[in-house]
Amino acid sequence: MKFFEDIAVGQRREFGSFTFTAENIKAFARQFDPQTFHLDEEAGRNSLFGGLAASGWHVGSVCMKLLVAKGQQETAETLAAGGTPAVWGPSPGFRELKWHKPVLAGDTVTFDSVIETVRASEKRPEWGIVQARNRGVNQRGELVYSFLAIAFAPRRAAGSSG
Amino acid sequence: MTLTFEDFQPGHFGTFGPRHVTREEILAFAAEYDPQPMHLDEEAAKKSMLRGLSGSGWHLCSLMMRMLFDGFISRTASLGSPGVDELRWLSPLRPGDDLTLDVEVKEARVSRSRPGTGIVTFGMRVRNAAGQVLLESTSPIIVKRRDVAAAS
Repeated sequence: MKFFEDIAVGQRREFGSFTFTAENIKAFARQFDPQTFHLDEEAGRNSLFGGLAASGWHVGSVCMKLLVAKGQQETAETLAAGGTPAVWGPSPGFRELKWHKPVLAGDTVTFDSVIETVRASEKRPEWGIVQARNRGVNQRGELVYSFLAIAFAPRRAAGSSG
Repeated sequence: MTLTFEDFQPGHFGTFGPRHVTREEILAFAAEYDPQPMHLDEEAAKKSMLRGLSGSGWHLCSLMMRMLFDGFISRTASLGSPGVDELRWLSPLRPGDDLTLDVEVKEARVSRSRPGTGIVTFGMRVRNAAGQVLLESTSPIIVKRRDVAAAS
């Protein structure tokens, strides 16, 4: 992960793909979102989604999974190169989350992120506030998911020599 | 009796829960979807901004969804949601929390593109037993109108 000073508006990073299967869609739905169109193929076909559809929260959780994996990979690379990785703070929330199109069983979604705003935190001088548009695109190139994520990135001056 | 668009009038709709959240659930969700040390490891969590083991924000969202389902979505002619206008994680989810969900109808209007449906915008608030607010969110859900639901 990067320090605040190294982040610029427009920077884009791709952080991986995930294939939604009938099995993983139903497993998540049974636990958190057992609406029939997330659990049953027939009910899915008869719904607005037109097929067995992943819970929107499943899509959001998978996006987080890939984002964390990417961050851990970047941290390992920085450590291997002898650098100091930045450790990001917890997120205060998000805005404008959109499930643009259904994610159906068999779909593979590729996620990326584009930095939209970067500013220093007035209340916490050791942190900067970053807003990024995280997006998911399916195997047909259709945007299926996006949201404006808000996160705290550490400032290099905050005590790290990296 | 299935709830339809007409049943959602602006104002307080209901309070649901409590839903007890165990340490095991928090660790299991984090291991699968959000394996950051602050969600998995007590020692690392103590040193984090959240000062102690906390659940993933996406776990809290998913638990809110389940509470919505158990509370009323399971008996609502819901067609799904197009998204979330805004969501704020205000306090961390902790092992042992008992969550309560307050639901308010902020707005209800008939859909222009699908006249057989309405768009109900909900305000959601999740709090723990001490009354601390963990999450606030505003999100629309598409709901069938009564005559359409009766015909189908």
